[in-house]
Amino acid sequence: MPALGADMEAGTLVEWLVKPGDRVKRGDIVAVVETQKGAIEIEIFNEGIVSELVVPIGAKVPVGSLIARIGDTGVAPPAVLQAAKPAPSAPISSPPKRIVPPQPAVIAPVGAMKISPAARRRAAELHIDATTLRGTGVDGAVTVADVEAAAAAVAIAAAPSPRKAFDPAEMRKAIAAAMGRSKREIPHYYLTHPIDLSLALSWLERFNAAQPVSSRLLPAVLLLKAAALALREVPQLNGTYADGVFQAGAGIHVGWAISLRGGGLVAPAILDTDQRSLPELMSQMRDLVQRARAGGLRSSELASPTVTVTSLGDRGAETVMGIIYPPQVALIGFGMIGARPWVVENRVEPRPAVTVSLAADHRASDGHIGALLLSAIERLLQEPEKL
Amino acid sequence: MSDTIDKSMICEILGSIAPEADFSTLGGSEDLREALDLDSMDFLNFVIALHERTGIDIPEVDYPKLRTLDGAVLYLSARQG
Repeated sequence: MPALGADMEAGTLVEWLVKPGDRVKRGDIVAVVETQKGAIEIEIFNEGIVSELVVPIGAKVPVGSLIARIGDTGVAPPAVLQAAKPAPSAPISSPPKRIVPPQPAVIAPVGAMKISPAARRRAAELHIDATTLRGTGVDGAVTVADVEAAAAAVAIAAAPSPRKAFDPAEMRKAIAAAMGRSKREIPHYYLTHPIDLSLALSWLERFNAAQPVSSRLLPAVLLLKAAALALREVPQLNGTYADGVFQAGAGIHVGWAISLRGGGLVAPAILDTDQRSLPELMSQMRDLVQRARAGGLRSSELASPTVTVTSLGDRGAETVMGIIYPPQVALIGFGMIGARPWVVENRVEPRPAVTVSLAADHRASDGHIGALLLSAIERLLQEPEKL
Repeated sequence: MSDTIDKSMICEILGSIAPEADFSTLGGSEDLREALDLDSMDFLNFVIALHERTGIDIPEVDYPKLRTLDGAVLYLSARQG
């Protein structure tokens, strides 16, 4: 069971998307796990053949538990293993299959099966193969109750597993755990800096004027890209801190804070944010928002952020002072974009502006480093065509 | 592509973006972003859906005209005519 963020202690396996014998490669989605942040698709990081699914559907297991075994060879798994798993390998949209759950008892030969006539009729009605059932009647005879119990089990096993979005109460607990830990352990320092956005927004207006509605960019994309590029220059703020040591991130994977309707927050990673074009980032953001709300985020997106960026958009508050998501060392926050009085050549004029803030871990960096980051973001936003 | 432009069509689109919203209490001149707590991404999705349903091209400078129910009906009807 992978840890999908600092606040996760356990997960419930709700769906297997592979079965023993399946060949998997790095990045394949093998299972769906229910967490406090909703249903998360679990990706695999090995290549090989699935040899055993250790955790059954419905089981809640702690982070770090073995959930499946992957072998290197193409040897077919033992038959008993196949029989033991009602693996729903079919696409979610396919009609539910009627699978009789395996029974631990030895199956009696068909000819010797004891079953009451009523039970036999009921089995036919319910499309249950009575020969697979273990009877609880006299001399082990299969009764109507046995058949109906089996039918109920089939219905549960075959029901399409609903992808739950998220439970606001559970989400609140997850946020409480992570933020409580952050405030206990991380000595935050904060910096803020106002940035003139007139060049960035007029560039954006021209760009969007030439695009169909669905390809237009939000100002947040420029802010995100500028933050990612600035982190290239100030790598001390991109990474994680654990056991007294700062570890620089292997790439710049910005966790993009998404507010969920109904309350809650999740910040899945946009991998290699600094290397993506603005349209790519825009479509990634849209995709993440949709999947965050519907319950389809992937394990790599939750486990890999090296820094968090939040943007309040065109409504909200002027400045946001973030709380670092451990074990990251920085959170960059953009307040509401709006017209502000700006001094230009000794005159005051209204300019569209944004206040960028930095919350950073003083164990990993000092305010001087933080100031370098904010001034780099400001400089990058004055040349929007290069973003 | 060219559905009838009226409040119910617009509320249907908004309902897919803000499923918990109660449209019976939504006033025609209320700012949709405030009333339904739409963020920038929600509002963009609203504009994209309006475009897809009506086929009307909506330039970015006109977005402010879509911020209320009445405004949206008026704007889209005029653009369609």
